Amino acid sequence: MRLLNLLKIAFKAIVLNKMRTLLTMLGIIIGVASVIAMLAIGEGSKESIRANISSMGSNMITIRPGADDRGPARGSGGNVQTLTLQDYEVIKAKSELISYITPVVNSGGQVINGSNNWPSTIYGVNPDFLNIKVVGLQSGSMFTDAEVSAASKVVIIGQTVVDNVFPDGQDPVGQMIRFNNIPFKVIGVLEEKGENTFGQDQDDVVIAPFTTVQKRILAIEYLNQIMASSISEDDASEVVTQVTEILRSQHKLLDSEDDDFTVRSMEELISTFSSTSEMLTILLVAVASISLLIGGIGIMNIMYVSVKERTKEIGLRLAVGGKGSDILMQFLIEAILISITGGVLGVILGLGSTVFIEKFLNWPTSVALYSIVISFAVCAITGIFFGWYPARKASALDPITALRYE
Amino acid sequence: MSKEIIKIENLKREFVMGTETVHALKGISFTINEGEFVTIMGSSGSGKSTLLNILGCLDQPTDGSYEIDGVKVKDLSRDELATIRNKKIGFIFQSYNLLPRTSALENVELPLLYTSHVSTAERRKRAIEALEKVGLADRMGHTPSQLSGGQQQRVAIARSLVNNPVMILADEATGNLDTRTAYEIMSLFQELNKQGITITFVTHEPDIAAFSNRTIVLRDGHIIKDYKNTDVQSAEEQLAKLPKEELVS
Repeated sequence: MRLLNLLKIAFKAIVLNKMRTLLTMLGIIIGVASVIAMLAIGEGSKESIRANISSMGSNMITIRPGADDRGPARGSGGNVQTLTLQDYEVIKAKSELISYITPVVNSGGQVINGSNNWPSTIYGVNPDFLNIKVVGLQSGSMFTDAEVSAASKVVIIGQTVVDNVFPDGQDPVGQMIRFNNIPFKVIGVLEEKGENTFGQDQDDVVIAPFTTVQKRILAIEYLNQIMASSISEDDASEVVTQVTEILRSQHKLLDSEDDDFTVRSMEELISTFSSTSEMLTILLVAVASISLLIGGIGIMNIMYVSVKERTKEIGLRLAVGGKGSDILMQFLIEAILISITGGVLGVILGLGSTVFIEKFLNWPTSVALYSIVISFAVCAITGIFFGWYPARKASALDPITALRYE
Repeated sequence: MSKEIIKIENLKREFVMGTETVHALKGISFTINEGEFVTIMGSSGSGKSTLLNILGCLDQPTDGSYEIDGVKVKDLSRDELATIRNKKIGFIFQSYNLLPRTSALENVELPLLYTSHVSTAERRKRAIEALEKVGLADRMGHTPSQLSGGQQQRVAIARSLVNNPVMILADEATGNLDTRTAYEIMSLFQELNKQGITITFVTHEPDIAAFSNRTIVLRDGHIIKDYKNTDVQSAEEQLAKLPKEELVS
């Protein structure tokens, strides 16, 4: 029998039992929709984490004073004064895998320009900072090493600061601002970067030579942080080991002593975050797959009912010349049609809910084409798998028995 | 001499029920020629249904030979039997066996769905012709629940005709109908027979047998009588004799 006829018959059977078919499909619809939506959420968050972290500089390595504070009940590293300019110089001299390195000192404070003021953070760094952070300037220029040595009172400011202290749109470059009442000349504006993964506004910064911040604002000798970037992303973990060794010997730590500093690479951060979100995605998809499986069992159940109910019809079809294979195909196609229609509706619902999640919950989502293809394939396979046994049963019926069935 | 449609020789059918063997047909032989209207009669347990199943290629004999339209049925596969049923036999059942919630036209088209090389247009055309033949040209779009018992059986007859079979095989086709409708159906059968269609009609009602031109009587798996009916009644005339308004059952 031609496929078109089989499709017609199957379609008719489905239409004659609209409600029942719809309820049967519901399992598949929900299963497919949730697989697609869950994968979209998982992919979306993974992508946004990756993009965000890379925007912070994926080769970046940070060295903070104080032990690893990821464990429970440790003191904050912020007030520890164990990181010095000397550490910076030693690392710079000894580690050949590092391309850029800068000391970092930072301080919160008020940025003032006439009657406009804005609370921000000033970062004292050296000119390498821009390369480490992979950020350029939209106007002006970076301070020079000479200005660092001279502890010049020059700053580069981020867009958020510009928006708040230069609200009337004048060009900030060349203007004077005050930070904690100390006058600074604005010599450049950073490119806009937006928020990072942790919701921190990366444009709400003021950048000055670290010497200036150390001497004129904080009056300290130690560093809050050292930032560096490895030559390539692949070297990052090696750099971490190397820097750790250098600093341990520099700090004259005994083997029994823990590090009094923490070295972390972005790569490490990315993998931590990605593996968390990956785990979550797997979990969500597993739950969604279970509903797909239950949907499949629903199809099998309804197909068994359908075969039982239509035993007489099967008998008649056999009597008027239907072959076993015709009957098998008829029921198989019916099952596949149910599951594929469910699959299509599921894809639509899944895409719809993904848009909804993105729009109204503001979660980043990314619909992977493979998730649609896979769930669709799973649907078709579900139809064939769960439709096979009932269809087989129907095709094996004895026409005499089937005709007499009441 | 007219063509032999059915040729049965020493046909036997045994069923094994547990340890016992039931001999439903104990060796029967007969021939049905083209254009005959044969009734097969017998009480229940006579082997009538078993014979019908074998004639309809729904079942295979244990022994003996069965030829339909020159094709030896014995040892054919399930699929080959299906093809014979499709091409050579038109079935009519006691309980009509129409597909519910499906129009008369689509019901009639059903056998053609299983016939290769019949286009959709051709299928429709032949189904319409068959329905016209049974006088249901104005009921094509009706579903079985919108039709009376007699009309449903007419749809079933149209369905049996649609494939131009060599023989129509009716199983108690009037069993569910009142006398008047039964006579109407028999009159239709007689008319079809006059047009040259071979009909084999299984029944246990002697008055139905009176409308056929030959009767085979079975008892306990044997043919006890096989006679030509010299006094064929006209169902149309009998119908006219029935009291008009009253429904006789």
